[in-house]
Amino acid sequence: MTSGQIEIQLIAVVVAVACALPGTFLVLRRLSLVSDAISHSILLGIVLGFFVVGSVNSPLLLVGAALVGLATVVFVQLLQRTGLVKEDAAIGLVFPALFSIGVILISRYADGVHLDIDAVLLGELAFAPFDRIEFWGWDWGPTALVVMSVILAINIGAIAIFWKELKLSTFDPALAVALGFTPALVQYALMGLVSLTAVGAFDAVGSILVVALMIAPPAAAYLLTDSLPRLLLLAAAIGAASALAGYWLAYALDASIAGAMASMTGVAFLLAWLFAPGRGLLAAARRRARQKLEFAQTMLAIHLANHEGLPEAEEESRIDHLDRHLRWPPEFAQRIVRLAHRRGLVEADAGRLTLTQAGRELAADALAR
Amino acid sequence: MLDLFDDYTLRTVALGSAALGITSGALGTFAVLRRQSLLGDAISHAALPGVAIAFLLTGSKAPLVLVAGAALAGFLGTLLVMGIVRTTRVKYDSALGIVLSVFFGFGLVLLTFIQRRPDASQAGLDRFLFGQAAGLLRRDLVTMAILGGIALGVMLLVWKELKLLAFDPDYGTSLGYPMRALDVLLTSLLVVAIVIGLQTVGVVLMAAMVIAPAAAARQWTDRLGLGALLAACFGALAGIVGTVLSTETERLPTGPTIVLCVTAIVLVSLLAAGRRGLIWRELRGRRDRRRLRLAAVLTDLYELERQHPEAHRGHSAAVLSVMSGGAQPSLEELERRGDVRRLGDDAWELTETGREKAET
Repeated sequence: MTSGQIEIQLIAVVVAVACALPGTFLVLRRLSLVSDAISHSILLGIVLGFFVVGSVNSPLLLVGAALVGLATVVFVQLLQRTGLVKEDAAIGLVFPALFSIGVILISRYADGVHLDIDAVLLGELAFAPFDRIEFWGWDWGPTALVVMSVILAINIGAIAIFWKELKLSTFDPALAVALGFTPALVQYALMGLVSLTAVGAFDAVGSILVVALMIAPPAAAYLLTDSLPRLLLLAAAIGAASALAGYWLAYALDASIAGAMASMTGVAFLLAWLFAPGRGLLAAARRRARQKLEFAQTMLAIHLANHEGLPEAEEESRIDHLDRHLRWPPEFAQRIVRLAHRRGLVEADAGRLTLTQAGRELAADALAR
Repeated sequence: MLDLFDDYTLRTVALGSAALGITSGALGTFAVLRRQSLLGDAISHAALPGVAIAFLLTGSKAPLVLVAGAALAGFLGTLLVMGIVRTTRVKYDSALGIVLSVFFGFGLVLLTFIQRRPDASQAGLDRFLFGQAAGLLRRDLVTMAILGGIALGVMLLVWKELKLLAFDPDYGTSLGYPMRALDVLLTSLLVVAIVIGLQTVGVVLMAAMVIAPAAAARQWTDRLGLGALLAACFGALAGIVGTVLSTETERLPTGPTIVLCVTAIVLVSLLAAGRRGLIWRELRGRRDRRRLRLAAVLTDLYELERQHPEAHRGHSAAVLSVMSGGAQPSLEELERRGDVRRLGDDAWELTETGREKAET
């Protein structure tokens, strides 16, 4: 690996972790699509800031763009409060409009200068190492890496400081109000973090992929754990892993790094969806299958217990008649008998079944419940 | 000669935008009503890899091929959203966010992969990002018109059932209608409406064409049919104006221009629509507040006169202001209406008509 490659991967990991942290709270608060809105409308902020400052790399521009992102949230809430449109429609009205203004401004006044629609929208991580911060005769590393590290530090710091407030207002906003916290303030602080992170990441990965990095890793982690600290750690780890995997996928295909990173967050979510212990599709399917077999064994025990000691027991307990009495296909009946025998519920003798003591208890227990 | 060609291009482009505006406007009505506005966003983003895969597989840029790919991918995206919501505890908003961003990211991977291949046959695929009306050809127009027409036709055919789905799906189920199938049908129609607009408006902004016309129309009417019709008109209007503007002006990208046109329609509707509009609401609020203030001063004066029958020199505005605040302008207004009269410099009493009004 060249040092450029290492730097790109470092940037990718830092961006992914910085996005996953505030993203976790968005997912928990059902505000995921706010990241969609913010990440689009900050384009306008970046363009306006560019006109004012004259460069894309000024910290002023970052702050200005983040404020526009925050303004988006305010617009959406104002629009919603008129009662004329619902929340989802309000989001869908505000951000395309702001984004459109941004795109038009770029293509009319800033095209080819320093802002280029494709790069702004899609990000170009591959060129990030060429843009470096040099200060006091020192090379501090690629600008994107420095900027995103600062933003990551801000995110970690803010979450650590407002841990209690964030946790409370996320899981029980009513209690938070009752205890004298202001969830609205926490909300805006969170939106500020999201906005700042989106602006910083925008340069590296582009607007829509910010959404992928903010939402998909926390959502995947959400399927794996129930504890908030672990959720944050897992989300960050999944984000970082997707970023690295994405880099190498892009390298192999010679395609967009940001796009590949987003694709890999999708793969990560898909894996969690399928294989998450306890909650994944596979675990659910296996649980259902096991329950079906256990239920069938209980049915068998009850059936035998019902007829035990009665004249028709002779007939009812024959294995090859189970398909008629319990309406089971013969193969399924065979399998259940085998399983029940292994569990010591029944004894088979010359094609007839008798209950063991354990089997009788199971039947009595199931009927008593 | 050049003019004629221009006119022809312009006509094609405007007709195409009108077709997409009508279809997405009418079908968007249902999406907005059912609070699925952002599903449109997810579908349009999810369509991008479909376009790329369709091109990779067939090597063709025929509109029908690309649109079919887009539609399949968009439909797969909505299925995934529904699947995630049904089988996990991840909520609807996150499911939409995941699908739209991951599909879009994958689409970008494919697009860049295609672009970096040696042959240059791929040119023009990236206009699916932001749309480009100027590139619309006659065959694009025909495809759009036919697909849009089919979607609208189906919508009209099952109009009654869709109405039931939008307003009271449980009642529909109890009547024996297959509501789930209808849900899938409506979503498929929405997918069609979105994919025919991708080439003109682009995947990033297509959501606005679904949401905005319907949200604007909603302000003018409470009736579903009228709302859909209005939304279709708004969509067509924005489409035509936007494309003509962007075709006639240098460096004015089509998708964003159309979106700004439709946003302008929304703003006007929010402000000025009858009954619901913000301007009328404000005016009505002012009128109501003034009427309340007048009524309050009138009844206060009435009470004062009733409790102090001995005072025949009237009551001062200051006393009334203590009771309901800022009585002076209200008293003057009431005097103009002949409900109170001035006895001295600052002394007021009810007239006969004023007393009658206060008693009722």
